Amino acid sequence: MSILEVRDLTVTFPGGIEAVRGVSYEVERGEVLGIVGESGSGKSVTSLAVMGLLPQNAVVSGSVKLHGRELLGMKEDELVKVRGKAISMIFQDPLSAFTPVYTIGDQIAEAVRVHQKMAKDKAAKRAVELLDLVGIPNPNLRAKAFPHEFSGGMRQRAMIAMAIANDPDLLICDEPTTALDVTIQAQVLEVLKTAQRETGAGIVMITHDLGVIAGMADRVLVMYAGRPVEQGPVDDIYYRPRMPYTMGLLASIPRVDGEEGPLVPIEGNPPSPASLPPGCPFAPRCPMKVDMCDDEEPPLTPFGGGRHVACIRAHEIEHKGLTGADVFPVPVIPPSDVVRVPRTERATVLELDGMKKHYPLMKGAIFKRRVGTVFAVDGISFDIAEGETLALVGESGCGKTTTLQQIMQLEPPQDGRVVVLGKDSAKLDKTARKALRGDLQIVFQDPMAALDPRMPVGDIIAEPLRAHGRKDVAAKVAELLRLVGLAPEHAERYPQQFSGGQRQRIGIARALALEPKLLVLDEPVSALDVSIQAGVINLLEELKNRLGLSYLFVAHDLAVVRHLADRVAVMYLGRIAEIGAVANVYDRPAHPYTQALLSAIPLPDPEMERTRKRILLEGDLPSPADPPSGCRFRTRCPKFARLSEAERRRCVDEEPSVARLANVVDHGAACHYAEEIEVITASDNQEEE
Amino acid sequence: MGKYLLRRLAINVILVAIAASLAYMLAATTMNPRAAYEGRQPPVPEATIDATLDAYNLNDKTPVLTRYATWAKGVVTGDFGKTWNGGSVNQEMGRRVMVSLRLLLIGTLLGFALGVALGAFSAVKQYKLSDRLIGVTSFVIMAIPVFVLATLLAIATYNLNRGLGFTLIEYTGEYNPQLSGWDQFVNRLNHLILPTISLSLGSIAFYSRIQRNMMLDVLGQDFVRTAMAKGLRRRKALTKHALRTALIPSATYFAFAFGTMFTGATFTEKIFNWHGMGAWLVDSINQNDVNSVAAVTFFAAVCVLAAAFLSDLLVAALDPRVRVS
Ligand code: SF4
Ligand code: SF4
Repeated sequence: MSILEVRDLTVTFPGGIEAVRGVSYEVERGEVLGIVGESGSGKSVTSLAVMGLLPQNAVVSGSVKLHGRELLGMKEDELVKVRGKAISMIFQDPLSAFTPVYTIGDQIAEAVRVHQKMAKDKAAKRAVELLDLVGIPNPNLRAKAFPHEFSGGMRQRAMIAMAIANDPDLLICDEPTTALDVTIQAQVLEVLKTAQRETGAGIVMITHDLGVIAGMADRVLVMYAGRPVEQGPVDDIYYRPRMPYTMGLLASIPRVDGEEGPLVPIEGNPPSPASLPPGCPFAPRCPMKVDMCDDEEPPLTPFGGGRHVACIRAHEIEHKGLTGADVFPVPVIPPSDVVRVPRTERATVLELDGMKKHYPLMKGAIFKRRVGTVFAVDGISFDIAEGETLALVGESGCGKTTTLQQIMQLEPPQDGRVVVLGKDSAKLDKTARKALRGDLQIVFQDPMAALDPRMPVGDIIAEPLRAHGRKDVAAKVAELLRLVGLAPEHAERYPQQFSGGQRQRIGIARALALEPKLLVLDEPVSALDVSIQAGVINLLEELKNRLGLSYLFVAHDLAVVRHLADRVAVMYLGRIAEIGAVANVYDRPAHPYTQALLSAIPLPDPEMERTRKRILLEGDLPSPADPPSGCRFRTRCPKFARLSEAERRRCVDEEPSVARLANVVDHGAACHYAEEIEVITASDNQEEE
Repeated sequence: MGKYLLRRLAINVILVAIAASLAYMLAATTMNPRAAYEGRQPPVPEATIDATLDAYNLNDKTPVLTRYATWAKGVVTGDFGKTWNGGSVNQEMGRRVMVSLRLLLIGTLLGFALGVALGAFSAVKQYKLSDRLIGVTSFVIMAIPVFVLATLLAIATYNLNRGLGFTLIEYTGEYNPQLSGWDQFVNRLNHLILPTISLSLGSIAFYSRIQRNMMLDVLGQDFVRTAMAKGLRRRKALTKHALRTALIPSATYFAFAFGTMFTGATFTEKIFNWHGMGAWLVDSINQNDVNSVAAVTFFAAVCVLAAAFLSDLLVAALDPRVRVS
């Protein structure tokens, strides 16, 4: 019998906004159900409704049965006995999910004591055991720490510990790893699997990341505009999707093991729940749409083999064996002229040579005193040739943002050199600096925060033009809007009237206003939904080729980087660990950190995920104020652990610098024992062979 | 942590010294105690006036810095000098300090406690009728100056008492000297009611607004949801997790609100005819009484900084993040 049975669940918010419109699913014991959807698809609201945790003004109807017992409309007295006991929930952002003023241990013990009659000291002991179970080192000590003293990954582990404290039958995980870096995500997913094994619980895993679902779920439910549009066993969904939305979604995600070249975008935006289209909610974006699609919303109908699809053309898709690439048009991006010239003969647009940026570490509320130094960027060198994209990747705290800021400032660095378009930033005077600013522009991560909400879009784009005293502003604005795929009429509107993807296009238009030669992209697509992402990535690629731009692209998503970048530099704790042409670094990474990073990225491919061999890293990033001696990666390096005592000495004493690897033109790694191996597709099976 | 508080304490002492010195300088240079003697009939000879003023350290012919030095030396040994007519400032202060402290202390604590409770309540009931009512009332109260509020209260009580035919609530003075023992204690309490209300209404309104905002911030946060997700009742999650966290920012306003409170106390004392420090300040300004003004200012500075220190202590007690770093 299923643990949880959800039938026709609907959630309506005040103003008649239907966030969830009829969701049904069940979860068996020990089973993992993945719920996928983009923001606004209603996937999180569904789970909060199951827990009874929605705001009081939300109207919930339908049925939610736990072990056959109806939860909807249950009295609080009864409900509190279920929450945290039979069903537990793991939330997305573990910093705000813990109360800042109580220790982690106390909060876990509280969860224990709510449901079990247990003395305080015993509950505290149980909390320590649980922390130990989820792999927190020194659990005795760490239980007494406050949430802000934990790193993100540790907090998420503690969250899992708290969720399994009462041996629940069902765990609901709402984007459990979205806020985490990939190597930490891999650790946490491992812990989650352990937790499931320990408790035998069923899991509902809610996420937008199709890679995470592929590796975890047994069955998948795809949501769009508040409704399930496809449901079935994980392999069917990934390999034989029968609903155009699912097909498009799977085709649009960039993959670390993917080919370069344009991605498949899904045009348009998800509908707002306040104004749904009359028939199929996906119709306005669906390339397979026929007139009948507008007549009524296709219901989720059984399709055989435990599958359900909500599309009137599903059988046709099955019959013809259509895939996402068949259905969705792949844009053609004109190639760049610049790249025909060999790299060595092209001009260098940006050169960094041993650049350093150290911050003083201050303490004290009124009388500040220096207690140390944060080595944010500690001597990095790279260059970008004309018409090229270099991606700077690494996890949070690796120094990529600091690097970018230092470049944008055009000020002399503390040490080393920054040369932009042949001009050394240390030798610029005021006018030269201003002139150079026009050639060096930036696109920010968060499109909403970067645009002034009180200014019409036309003025936002015109701002840099006016600041530099350009004439004929209006015509230029119209041209720019057309360039990024918007209409000139859009100039009159305000930023909040645009969707996230469109806002990012506006940000790009503004950055292009002064016809820069080098564009710095600071996580330009990480705030966007997958289906939107592909369009923006394609646009960037196209603009680069058409306008002969060069990009410095800062990102943490290695899959996106693979598609957009020509070369990649992997940073760790303020240094470059590995650098080279994308194909070299991705297919034959030589630095143990790059290897771990690449192997940690989940692939949207259930088959591969099941057999894939992961290189798991231990622990968290060391503090950049106190980096380890010698090689900075040695405290977490899996290779270091396998070295002999004598070999290790070198890692401890001598800091490796980037050395070119033999027999490849563009590939270097900062490791004494660099060795190229393949990791993305490495599987356990191969090992055995 | 202890070191942090000690340092804050030391800084506060220095700040009190600076504030008191500046106040003395201002009073000593702008006020003219001589006027009280000069206008007399029959006229007092100038030499006599000088001698008297010299004895009280009030003579404007002595350079202000010299007078300041004398005054400061006295204050350090606990002597606040003489009033304009030769009385002891210390004695006067002794009589009045408790009167004011009683009002201020009760007013502050009541204001904080009730304000926080009301604010939290109206945050939980956001946009409901009770929330709107509390909101509107708070803004009205904050818009009325204390002296108007106090006068209105006094008039209302007067009418109430007259309508009832007996004195239900006292509206003037501190106590009835004819009573004694238990009766007098109760009578004192009765006398306290009106001034306390007039004094704390403002801060209740102030804190309720602040606390409502803080609480709303916190209510939207995930940890309240987490607390409920692990099986706590809504009420318990709200008090134990939300309110506890939302108290921290309110505690930092403690010192600030106290300053306003002191100003309020001045009017309240005058209007309800209490002989406290605030009333004294008004009187001594009228009488060009330099040393008394300086003494009241000193008292006010000590009070405000004590409140600041208290709010530091409170924040440290409430917020582990301050304690650890
Ligand atoms: S029902 Fe029509 S519009 Fe909707 S997904 Fe199927 S083909 Fe596309
Ligand atoms: S130098 Fe040593 S510690 Fe550093 S990455 Fe290479 S093997 Fe690991």
